[in-house]
Amino acid sequence: MVEETPWQQALRYANRANPYPFYEELRKTPVARQPDGTYVVSTYREIVTLLHDPRVSSDPRKRPAPAAAQAEGSEEQAAEPIREVLTEPNIITCDPPEHDRDRRMMMPHFVGPPHAPHLISDLEPDIRRIVDGLLDGMKGKNRIDAVDDFAYPLPVTVICKVLGVPMEDEPRFHHWVETALDALDFGPEAASEEIRSRRAGGRQAVQEFARFADALLDRYARQPGPGMLSAMANDNGPEGRMPKGVLASNALLLIFAGHETTVNLIAHSVLTLLRHPDALEKLRRRPELIVPAVEELLRFESSVQFWHTRSAVEDIDIAGTTIPAGAPIFLVYGSANRDPERFTDPDRLDLERRDNEHLGFSQGIHFCFGAPLARLEVQIAVGEFVRRVRNPRLVEDPPPYRHNQIFRGPRHVLVDIDGIRD
Amino acid sequence: MTLRATVAELVREFRASGRIVIVGASLAGLRAAETLRGEGFTGSLTIIGDEPYEPYDRPPLSKQVLKGWVPADHTKLPRMREVDADWRLGVAAVGLDRVTKRVRLADGEEVPYDRLLIATGTRARQWPNPDEAALEGVHTIRSRDDAARLQKEFSESPSRVVVIGAGFIGSEVASVCRELDIPVTVVERGSAPLVGALGGVIGGIAARLQRDHGVDLRCGLGVSSLEGDSGGHVRRACLSDGTVVDADVVVASLGSIRNVEWLEGSGLAAGFWGVGCDAGGRAFDINGVVTDSVFVAGDVARAPHVLYEYQFLAMEHWDNAVFGAEVTAHNMVNLEPHYRPHLLLPGFWSGQFGVNIKSVGVPPFGDEIVFTQGSVEDRRFAAAYGRRGRIVAAVTFDHGKWLEYYARLIERSGPFPPPPSGWDQPADTEPMPAEFPDPRVPTAIPDVVLTGHAPSERTAEFRPRRH
Repeated sequence: MVEETPWQQALRYANRANPYPFYEELRKTPVARQPDGTYVVSTYREIVTLLHDPRVSSDPRKRPAPAAAQAEGSEEQAAEPIREVLTEPNIITCDPPEHDRDRRMMMPHFVGPPHAPHLISDLEPDIRRIVDGLLDGMKGKNRIDAVDDFAYPLPVTVICKVLGVPMEDEPRFHHWVETALDALDFGPEAASEEIRSRRAGGRQAVQEFARFADALLDRYARQPGPGMLSAMANDNGPEGRMPKGVLASNALLLIFAGHETTVNLIAHSVLTLLRHPDALEKLRRRPELIVPAVEELLRFESSVQFWHTRSAVEDIDIAGTTIPAGAPIFLVYGSANRDPERFTDPDRLDLERRDNEHLGFSQGIHFCFGAPLARLEVQIAVGEFVRRVRNPRLVEDPPPYRHNQIFRGPRHVLVDIDGIRD
Repeated sequence: MTLRATVAELVREFRASGRIVIVGASLAGLRAAETLRGEGFTGSLTIIGDEPYEPYDRPPLSKQVLKGWVPADHTKLPRMREVDADWRLGVAAVGLDRVTKRVRLADGEEVPYDRLLIATGTRARQWPNPDEAALEGVHTIRSRDDAARLQKEFSESPSRVVVIGAGFIGSEVASVCRELDIPVTVVERGSAPLVGALGGVIGGIAARLQRDHGVDLRCGLGVSSLEGDSGGHVRRACLSDGTVVDADVVVASLGSIRNVEWLEGSGLAAGFWGVGCDAGGRAFDINGVVTDSVFVAGDVARAPHVLYEYQFLAMEHWDNAVFGAEVTAHNMVNLEPHYRPHLLLPGFWSGQFGVNIKSVGVPPFGDEIVFTQGSVEDRRFAAAYGRRGRIVAAVTFDHGKWLEYYARLIERSGPFPPPPSGWDQPADTEPMPAEFPDPRVPTAIPDVVLTGHAPSERTAEFRPRRH
């Protein structure tokens, strides 16, 4: 039996709650070739360099399937359910000029400037109302689940409103997303019976999700309605309308990424603050620290631990290694954000950390599209949680984690509380 | 007491009770003051500025303010921390005596210092004919008041604006005119807009950009005179080819002049090119000897740059003001070996005609250019500048997210042309001449002569050039 690489160990479910010791080991080889030919990059400097290198493609269609990909249980196979169903790229999985054009067409309907600079900030009252409602709902309880009762409902409600997805469809797409995420595995466990058996279900879930998005877009094309999806389906902008397949692919991305990552950030923020009573107390005393605090919490527990669709178009020399043309490149943001070469005392939570240019939203042209919305949601949610929840105590540490490695987050965070302040 | 302990004691005492004077109350002056306090300087701090306003941000003046989006008085710079300074605003510094260590103010007062920071920046070059420059409707733009006055004119729907000079400011002003649907004629002596900063190849693209937006662009021409009506308001510009353009607003965007006149007689290496200093912001005297108590930062500073063959560069850019001020301020309250160098890769941005133009490095240092990413036709692209096989600068049109890549290449003296992009390659990827104009012979440099005979007496001296 060949010994597992630090990367493979980091991916094991048993290490989901704490992959950091394996990342530390991984960083000893900043650009580490894996047995399947993937190059895993774990250090801040190298990741930033590759994020800005125009010889790196984000489009998995452009990378030749490595020989290892034919083998059972490889990552290529694992990613298959999504790739098979989504033939059209979305903005994360394509390169310029397609990427630039599509993002340009999406931008005015989301963050708005210069045409509607207040699109995001105008959501603040709605977000506050939702957060208030969720916290009010905890009155009279002694124990809450910070995921199901708090972290999940907020982002999903907000994204439905922003995109124009009917809230009554939430249980359906929630199920599809969960099923698809549980079937995705990049580690040694991808070959396990359990994961393999989930794969067909994952494929079907993505198919149903795609049909759902298609139908929604069709409906909006016939009868315009509120939200970004309808606006895009009826766009008469200077660059025309996005082809339907591309629009559907991006719609899926927006629905999914528009809440999943935010759920994990809110859940991790609550968990992390409960693990650091000093930080929690400081935030309670100085609520204005919520802005840098959210950045630090995102650095500390990144919602997107790594990204897997990149590859080298040409040979790239980096950190004493050559990534050969065609090789898949995994950028491990979760490790870069704990890189001591970049962040002083990186395993320490410091809500007032200076020069905190973390990679929690990535960098370069694929910088998180939803970052402004995510920041606003999490600042309000975590700020209000800290202000209103009396004496929160963690019931279980570590809490149970969800299976997915990229979108890493706790399945539940049970918290005992003494009540809710007004 | 060891020597090291003595030095440490000196630094400690200076930080506790030294006297620092900053001349110049704009971006560099403010950031320097904040850094001084952040470094633990608790002595007296005086900030002198000739404008009556607290430090404000200049880049929006030729963009958002002119457009009328943001009032000119809403440009105050955010404060990073308390500076607890004695602000002398609205009174210019008019002289420096390095022997008695005093700054002389326009109101006759003298302010003593132990260490001095010169951050006086630049001002707009005025239209050279003073009578014509005094006509109503003739403007320059550098200050908040300039912007407010010009914005007012723009809001009154002028029949036509003439912009003299198509550098960045002139081009931005023309862009605002078009956005406000004001007819505008741009007269540029060079072959194209932006040609001095970015060369003729990019200048050609900028020219098409202007014309596509309805600018009446006249290159290779000068303005011979401005004519007013009997009420003293400008009415037309006469061009060097004999044509006449009717206009009721004229904007002279002729570049900047460094504010060094007040240093005349101070014995510093100050001239039209700025104030020479080392990479740590310590000013040189006229002999090229570094001083211990006078520092320089911002637009007026001119220091040798390691990446550009140690040539002296003045970087009139926003981030140079910030980072240069921070480094220099640190050095003002430290001694060897705690000095830090200011090793910024120059960079700037501009917004015009709906395009975000950004640059890193020093484009005019290059003699070749190659398009590396995107589409020139769509005006979304990146291009690199090279000299002798190495990359020295890059420019992007609506492609700013890629600048960091080129910045890293420039910092490492990467190859020119750089390795091709993996996708979105331009139609033409062959390097070509960048077409920078020959450096113009400066017309107003005083001669510097050496005087004295014995080595101990030798010294440099400015002598105005004889005509």
